[in-house]
Amino acid sequence: MVKAGLVIGGGISGIQSALDLADQGYTVYLVEKNPSIGGKMAQLDKTFPTLDCAACIMTPKMVDAGRHPNIRLFTYSETQNIEKDIEIFKVKIVRKPRYVDETKCTGCGLCALHCPIEVRNEFDEDLGVRKAIYVPFPQAVPLIYTIDKDSCIDCALCERICQAKAIDRAQQPKEVEVEVGAIIVSTGFELFDARKKEEYGYGVYQNVITGLALERLLSASGPTAGHIVRPSDGRIPLRVAFLQCVGSRDEKSGNLYCSRVCCMYATKEAILLKEHVPDIDVTIYYMDIRAYGKGFEEFYQRAKQEFGIKYIRGRVAEIIEDPYTQNLFLKAENTETGELFDQEVDMVVLSAGLVPPWNDNLRNLLPIPIGDDGFFVTSNPKSEPVTTKMERVFIAGATEGPKDIPDSVIQASAAAMKASNFLKD
Amino acid sequence: MIGAQRSIMGPNELDLSFTEAVVKAGGDKVNLCIQCGTCSACCPSGTRTALRTRQIIRRAQLGFQEKVLLDKGLWLCTTCSTCTNRCPRDVDPMGILISLRSLLVEEGQVPTTLRDALGGVYKYGNPWGIMRSKRSEWANGLNVKYAGGGEKVELLYFVGCAPSYDSRVQHVARALVANLNALGVDFSILGNEESCCGNEIYSIGEKGLFDILAEENLSLLDRHGVNRIVTTSPHCFNAFKNRYGRKNFDVRHYTQYLADLIDEEKLSFSGEVKKVVTFQDPCYLGKHNNVYDEPRKIIENIPGVKFVELPTSRGRSVCCEGGGGRMWVDNPGERATESRVRDAVNMGAEMIAVACPFCLLTYDDAIKTTGNEGVIQVMDINELITEAGLVHN
Repeated sequence: MVKAGLVIGGGISGIQSALDLADQGYTVYLVEKNPSIGGKMAQLDKTFPTLDCAACIMTPKMVDAGRHPNIRLFTYSETQNIEKDIEIFKVKIVRKPRYVDETKCTGCGLCALHCPIEVRNEFDEDLGVRKAIYVPFPQAVPLIYTIDKDSCIDCALCERICQAKAIDRAQQPKEVEVEVGAIIVSTGFELFDARKKEEYGYGVYQNVITGLALERLLSASGPTAGHIVRPSDGRIPLRVAFLQCVGSRDEKSGNLYCSRVCCMYATKEAILLKEHVPDIDVTIYYMDIRAYGKGFEEFYQRAKQEFGIKYIRGRVAEIIEDPYTQNLFLKAENTETGELFDQEVDMVVLSAGLVPPWNDNLRNLLPIPIGDDGFFVTSNPKSEPVTTKMERVFIAGATEGPKDIPDSVIQASAAAMKASNFLKD
Repeated sequence: MIGAQRSIMGPNELDLSFTEAVVKAGGDKVNLCIQCGTCSACCPSGTRTALRTRQIIRRAQLGFQEKVLLDKGLWLCTTCSTCTNRCPRDVDPMGILISLRSLLVEEGQVPTTLRDALGGVYKYGNPWGIMRSKRSEWANGLNVKYAGGGEKVELLYFVGCAPSYDSRVQHVARALVANLNALGVDFSILGNEESCCGNEIYSIGEKGLFDILAEENLSLLDRHGVNRIVTTSPHCFNAFKNRYGRKNFDVRHYTQYLADLIDEEKLSFSGEVKKVVTFQDPCYLGKHNNVYDEPRKIIENIPGVKFVELPTSRGRSVCCEGGGGRMWVDNPGERATESRVRDAVNMGAEMIAVACPFCLLTYDDAIKTTGNEGVIQVMDINELITEAGLVHN
């Protein structure tokens, strides 16, 4: 029996599965394609419906995973090949070159301080900047710098400044082979590309942003240190509108499913906006409010009654930008009154839905069935909610379908438990 | 429960058999509507007129026959397809409105001006009600072949009603003939045999008359052995492509035909048009058929032209309010074309290029009503090509 498991994807689900397996004494290989584990949850400011600080939950778990004696992290790595030999999976993992020696880098950050190249930071949803040598965010695990070769100009300033002599610009991809007895897939989701809804002008109008970008604006460790400003001119927006169901429940995007988290994340972000800018006027345009989880309905009522967030039942049909003020005019119908109107706002937040990560090459590696919605399918959604048609392969988190944090963590722990059945003697 | 509702609504109002009639008339997805309001809010007509698509659909769901059928808004839909393209439930609100119109047409309850247009089509094959013998007068003195002269029809130029009869749009037909001749294209027209394509007739809801027109036109085409068609109007193009239920035609709008020739480097220009030009997307070319690039390709290839896009274009373009029978149903007040003309003028455009007879007429009006004559002009792409001096390579 191989007493080791593979977890693919290092977001909240993958970290939870890895910790649960490792705590039982099994070796865990945790593979993450980005330079740091943490996934989407690391980008969030607060969590609904309790408004707990996301980083306060996430970062200790990340550190636990990073320092656990039974967990081996493969960050900035991808699973390239999986071969099944009866009860053993032979897994080939490719470590992409960071051009920084992981054994030497101390994470001091001198290199980034001296690096002359600034590019948009993906972690801040392109709102902030990072250097060509970077860690995605200060709490990154592992705290090891990575050179983004696409932006690097090979000036070698980092090499000269690094006291640990960690810069290795000749680094090559490295293949590592491991053997495991079970696999947990937790590759998560991507945000729906709101450019596809051309009527909302996302990507054209600067003040139309996504909910995930607003998380970064709200976050004290974000690009504006938690100050709410709109992208076009840095002014504090006093009228903000949220548009629900962007790329969810929409035949035209091909996504018929409800993304499950948007009603609550919009409500949460609306409350946080009110806390940051008390004079702000926030309207949420929705088709239906789906406040189905524990404490969700109360949260929604609190948003309306305590914080004065306006909810208007009507799907916004079009956004037009005033080219001079860069304010936005929303065309919508209040379907409860039948009134058609143009609302002028300073900033629009699109509650973009969750979609499966299509560029995920794992879909070719593991023949797990994929449902009509593009997400992986379990053997039985009721009685076997983490097992797949492939023996010893389990799924957890948003890779199975849109899911909030509590549900992801539950499924991740369940997957770890099921996987451990195949690892014990 | 139903009984209780009946007593509140009154016995004559709630009638679910009416909902079934709507479904049978073609509004088959009416019951799927979740009332999100997208259709009302994106409607270029409804934001200016009494048309409230979502309310009409809700009432149709509940079977409020009288309220639905007496709603004057029904006749204000331009069938631009914006609601149908954006509906998150794929309910096809435009199709439902057309089906509701068809129920009214069956009862003979049609606005007088529309009734005259339909009568004209029935009697003379065109909605202007002008004699059939005058249909091909526009081509007098031009070098055109008529189908039926014994030769095989290589390419049929289907002219359409507005280009045949309207004195302004006749220029466009003549320009297209000149352009095709300059390119050495072997083409024919149907002459006085040509009848209305029926696209607007279908949109008005007169599906019976549409079927007659489709049958007549198809048998005429079959008789002349036509399998390649080029049209002046996106409306005719749409009728042949999507509404006749026949797939064995190669039907193209003239912008597609000419853009292909540019790609094949068979078409170039000798002169230039030193103007700032913008373009109004015709709904039946763009939103209905996803043809956005071809007209732009032609305009941008004309030497001297500086092309600018209107603030909203392509899939976000705003209808000229000429389609869906609206050429014959007036609605007082500000028109969409008027604000588009002002936008174009503010952007420094000197010309609005169009590729549809209805856009040409409505923009001509809007330039006059906004007092912008001499500041900006509207021209069909065919006329623009003629002005630029087309050369066959």
